[in-house]
Amino acid sequence: MESYFKSYDSVDGELATVNLGPTHPATHGVFQNILKMDGERIVSAEPTIGYIHRAFEKLAERRPYYQITPITDRLNYCSSPINNIGWHMTVEKLAGIEVPKRVQYMRVIIMELARIADHLICNSVIGVDTGALTGFTYMFQERERIYEMYEELCGARLTTNIGRIGGFERDFSPEFIKKLKSFLKEFPARFEEFNSLLERNRIFMDRTIHAGPISAERALNYGFTGPNLRATGVDYDVRVMQPYSGYEDFDFIIPVGLNGDTYDRFMVRQEEIRQSLRIINQAFDNLPKGSHHADVPAYYLPDKEEVYSNMEALIYHFKIVMGEVPIPKGEVYFCVEGGNGELGYYLISDGGRQPYRLHFRRPCFIYYQAYPEMIQGALLSDAVLTMSSMNVIAGELDA
Amino acid sequence: MLLEQLSRQFPDINWAPSESYGMLTIEVPVDQLVPVIAYLKDDPTLQMNFLTDLTAVHYPDDKNREFALVYHLHSFIHNLRLRIKSFVPASKPEAPSLTGLYAAANWMERETYDFFGIQFTGHPDLRRILNVDDMDYFPLRKEYPLEDASRKDKDDRYFGRQGHEGVEFDKRIDRQ
Repeated sequence: MESYFKSYDSVDGELATVNLGPTHPATHGVFQNILKMDGERIVSAEPTIGYIHRAFEKLAERRPYYQITPITDRLNYCSSPINNIGWHMTVEKLAGIEVPKRVQYMRVIIMELARIADHLICNSVIGVDTGALTGFTYMFQERERIYEMYEELCGARLTTNIGRIGGFERDFSPEFIKKLKSFLKEFPARFEEFNSLLERNRIFMDRTIHAGPISAERALNYGFTGPNLRATGVDYDVRVMQPYSGYEDFDFIIPVGLNGDTYDRFMVRQEEIRQSLRIINQAFDNLPKGSHHADVPAYYLPDKEEVYSNMEALIYHFKIVMGEVPIPKGEVYFCVEGGNGELGYYLISDGGRQPYRLHFRRPCFIYYQAYPEMIQGALLSDAVLTMSSMNVIAGELDA
Repeated sequence: MLLEQLSRQFPDINWAPSESYGMLTIEVPVDQLVPVIAYLKDDPTLQMNFLTDLTAVHYPDDKNREFALVYHLHSFIHNLRLRIKSFVPASKPEAPSLTGLYAAANWMERETYDFFGIQFTGHPDLRRILNVDDMDYFPLRKEYPLEDASRKDKDDRYFGRQGHEGVEFDKRIDRQ
């Protein structure tokens, strides 16, 4: 096998240029890669990004804090609730708001559901790219159930704008709890069935093992975080290193891989889905009683009914909407474990109605630059697999 | 502890340390950036081997300190985060590149160049990354307003802010 490739490489000195993207069914998003190919082998790759750049950081400098949440939806749109809640927690950290335990646990449940949805899409798409469409269609049904739960809580499905600064817009409804219970009961078996389609599948393993590997040293140097870093064997997870929203209360493990290749990334995500289920079960069983939002009238919009009947509520409503709320000056960096890595918010407030500067640390923008190195010398079909297993989301990449 | 160790190694730097929301922030002169960060990265007791974030902030009112370069470093060993700020004047927005230390700095510096026009010397490929190549301004600088500057109802003063002295809005991009 090896000698075949050697002779193959040396035969042909002429390189072909192939445009992979910007719109190509195999790239799952708008990215362009200009590949220099020697036959089927990639000699070099040059990614071009920015096709869906929407200037979020500039937009955020012109919006009051509570209007920035919909912007964060559009970063990693496969797990928007994590982005929303991360943003709320950043503002809460800046303003010194303590949320009730119930809100923390509700957030954990929503964020872990979002992580499951994110990983399900990514992993089932790896399946699609190796030619196994079946798992994808079944897992999309399960993702749909998660979206229905979002819908029950906030009314939206993809770009959720879930929650508020200080808590949630409404409590878990009986319908939500019914859906969550049936999801927790039925999903594990279906998920294991999906897992059995791929995990020890000969074709899948042959395609993914040693495809697009990266070492732990290189991954750290490239600023990898999330499942991609853990697949190389580094057990860095923000949920454990700097627990937020009550993650320290839950018992779960951080799976790590060995080789940092496509198969390891797939396996790490599969295990993380199981761990997320464990967290949801623990949070749901121990869900404290109490209010679904913190008592911060200066930040949390009052109920509409109150606004029409209560003078104080009307004043607060007016203050929040007109940006008369006192925001402390300061700068804060807050990060959460997003679907694909450490999602950070670097916020500078000068006391005004909007942020003076807001910078998103987008995990896939940072790790995608390792892509050319990871696919160098690989086959074109492996390059497609490597990209889908890195979980590069165009919205987050281009911000 | 970290600060003591740094002061021993670099006695001439005024670190101006401050702590904001639990993260230590120090200032480093721009010509000392690479030695300081290389020391933080390679020192066996500190091991700040992870560059979390790199960006810039524009303060147009701060004479000769118009641009703040902000580096977030992270040591996984000690679970310690550090913010490093380095100020450069608008007349000479230049900073050394960190690409020799962290491969991750490559695109982050390109992004910072793209939005703020900071020239990173020694960067292998300093081009725009998210915006189009033939753009001739740096959009995250404060002199580029997001909205039509002729709108009087959205004056900064109505939103609890005084506006920035000495900033002339660029009429070229507000032609509508």
